Amino acid sequence: MTALLPRRGLAQILALIVILAVDRVVSPQFFDLRLQDGRLFGSLIDVLNRGTPVALLSLGMVLVIATRGIDLSVGAVMAISGAIAASLADSHGLPVVLAEALGAGLVCGLWNGFLVAVLGMQPIVATLILMVAGRGIAQLITEGRIVTFTSPDLVWLGNGAILGVPVPVAIALGMLILTGAVVRGSALGLLIEATGGNARASELAGVGTRAMILSVYVWCGVCAALAGVIAAADIMGADANNAGLWLELDAILAVVIGGTSLFGGRFSLVLAVLGALIIQTMNTGILLSGYPPEFNLLVKAVVVLAVLLLQSPKLSGFAGVMARLRRTKP
Amino acid sequence: MENSLGSAPSLLEVRGISKSFGTVRALQEVDFTLRAGEIHALLGENGAGKSTLIKVVTGVFPRDAGVVRLAGEEVAPRSAKSALQAGIATVYQEVNLLPNLSVAQNLFLDRQPMRFGIVREGEMRRRAKALLTGFGLDIDVAAPLGNYSVAIQHVTAIARAVDLSARVLILDEPTASLDRHEVEILFGIMRQLARRGIGIVFVSHFLDQVYEISDRITVLRNGRLVGERETASLPRLELIRMMLGRELAETTSARAAAGEHRARGVCASFENYGKAGYVAPFNLELRHGEVVGLAGLLGSGRTETARLVFGAERADGGQARVEGAPVRLQSPRDGVRHGFGYCPEERKTEGIVAELSVRENIALALQAKRGLYRPLSRREQDEIARRYIKMLDIRPPDPERPVGLLSGGNQQKVLLARWLATSPRLLVLDEPTRGIDVGAHAEIIRLIRDLCDDGLSLLVISSELDEIVTYSDRVVVLRDRAHVEELAGGAIDVGNILAAIAADGAAVALEAHT
Repeated sequence: MTALLPRRGLAQILALIVILAVDRVVSPQFFDLRLQDGRLFGSLIDVLNRGTPVALLSLGMVLVIATRGIDLSVGAVMAISGAIAASLADSHGLPVVLAEALGAGLVCGLWNGFLVAVLGMQPIVATLILMVAGRGIAQLITEGRIVTFTSPDLVWLGNGAILGVPVPVAIALGMLILTGAVVRGSALGLLIEATGGNARASELAGVGTRAMILSVYVWCGVCAALAGVIAAADIMGADANNAGLWLELDAILAVVIGGTSLFGGRFSLVLAVLGALIIQTMNTGILLSGYPPEFNLLVKAVVVLAVLLLQSPKLSGFAGVMARLRRTKP
Repeated sequence: MENSLGSAPSLLEVRGISKSFGTVRALQEVDFTLRAGEIHALLGENGAGKSTLIKVVTGVFPRDAGVVRLAGEEVAPRSAKSALQAGIATVYQEVNLLPNLSVAQNLFLDRQPMRFGIVREGEMRRRAKALLTGFGLDIDVAAPLGNYSVAIQHVTAIARAVDLSARVLILDEPTASLDRHEVEILFGIMRQLARRGIGIVFVSHFLDQVYEISDRITVLRNGRLVGERETASLPRLELIRMMLGRELAETTSARAAAGEHRARGVCASFENYGKAGYVAPFNLELRHGEVVGLAGLLGSGRTETARLVFGAERADGGQARVEGAPVRLQSPRDGVRHGFGYCPEERKTEGIVAELSVRENIALALQAKRGLYRPLSRREQDEIARRYIKMLDIRPPDPERPVGLLSGGNQQKVLLARWLATSPRLLVLDEPTRGIDVGAHAEIIRLIRDLCDDGLSLLVISSELDEIVTYSDRVVVLRDRAHVEELAGGAIDVGNILAAIAADGAAVALEAHT
């Protein structure tokens, strides 16, 4: 399981530390934690909690991007699964609600994977279809209204705590470990990286590249559906128009900040999740600082630029030192 | 060879160049001198540092130490473009022009004649025409470059470089994909340019061509300068010794007696196997421990046969059998499952996964064969990588190095290792020695023989007829996408193969081979 640990995450970890330090300056209570009603509270916990949807999305997205693909539909899939979960929550038990919502994500992923792997469509176009259609489907499910629910089980999923840790955070952590175990514990990781690095060569080496591509879109759909359920549980309702809106872009951003190239190949699950946390730490910091949230977008862009500059091979200085460190490691 | 070079002034002086990649020292204090008006061959085995030297001189890679002087003045280009501005032009094996643009546009890319901000197409074509006529080329310059042969693309690239006032022209394996006639045209142009005082660096692994065209030879080995000699006074054996640093194992010893394999069982057989519009139905039998060579001109159906046999292409008729049992080969996966392996000719696009490490590239096919749920542990991967790096002498011997950073010959060895790791029964090798220089060449041929002694069957495609003759137990000759003849035992010689290929009057292009 050592493969789960970041081999090259110094830039990301430094970025996170810098942003945390800035947050500490704008909000002196940033690192304060307190336990209330069996659940931890504080800005740090807030970062983790709010960061969960994008972290979950990035877990699927990083695999898709590793195969040289992209999935623009994850925001819409969140809306669909949220709508399903909210509609069923008061009439069915949690297992049924989860099965239906995640099943919908699985079907969405199969659809995307079918278009890309079997029909050979370009991923950006193929997933654009569901990005547009998905929101319509979600609105059909909610019949254009905001569906609210009171089911304590589902509410617990968004607001409860396990040993003081908010449930969404525990779920995201669990999914990270599960995905890591599946991907690095089997040969999937190597075969995905090979497929993304050179699909033709991989196929000639006997790799089932279609199955690889199909499976990453399916997993991406499931992760998105889970994020949608958690987002709905958090606000105790489903808003088909706004649930997960633009989050696909945050997820792509998280993956890129995590150092996975949009050209496919090498990927890191841990760093993608770290990327999601970097984004959320910024969001929270700006909210706490009292600046209008519009700044958020600008600051985000600047930080992204900074991280990418650090990773750029053309920048000799810092990046060069890192590369050399990495290379000399046995 | 006609001009007296002793007194020619040195045009390009490279002194004490060093370059390391991480801990690997690719060049160590290399000197190189190019005189005006000479054709200077730069030779060495794979990984000797030829490409690195070129890239350092032209600024593609920054150098760690050393100076480069052009006509006495120190130059330090920081990119291929600034090298070009300084007067050093490079034409690579894979021509780096734009095949979808016209010949004229390629020639004047970045510097089109303009009037009022609009490209003067007519003027550009006229000048392109005039330029190419100077190179003895009379072609339609308005047609896309990609419509023309690689030879013409090369000449276009050279014409562009020379027209950009290059004083030093570096040609990296320019003849690798040219036929004999095209090579003659290229050589004519090179001699003409040399007479105009341009210094030409010629990188090639065709020693015949080196002796034919070059005035002087510089040999590199393992990143160091071995020596600089005048071609005329350097015996071939001595040159090979310089390149290899050891006596070349003789490449033409007798192969196993042809009859021996007749006794052995059939490993795989193909009956009436073919695909319409791809390759005509053929019968092919591969016995254990046997090498079958596929000979024919480019486009005769050699690669197509290989792809059908491996399963990379689906046959639309016929029956394949493995150890006598009928099998269906619908995909590469099927081929791999039945114990086949395939090293394609296009190493970079169909073979290696450049970004992944040597270890991962070697493990890839074995892992694909074992399936998702039986992953090779890191320790197993390390062990496999170590074993094959040692066995095939892959250099540098670093299993974690991205395979894209290795030289062509070492990449080829990595691909061989990938398949050997799957313990295959049949390996299909498409041009295994293409783009690989003489040392690795001999090694790969020796390897082919050793593999067969271990009972592996091989189907080998090669344009080098001498090579095919050396290692094949049988040779299948192809012409116009059909198998036309099969030679065995004593009947295998270059003359017979040529006769079979040429039987239809296709002899013209081949006369130079005989």
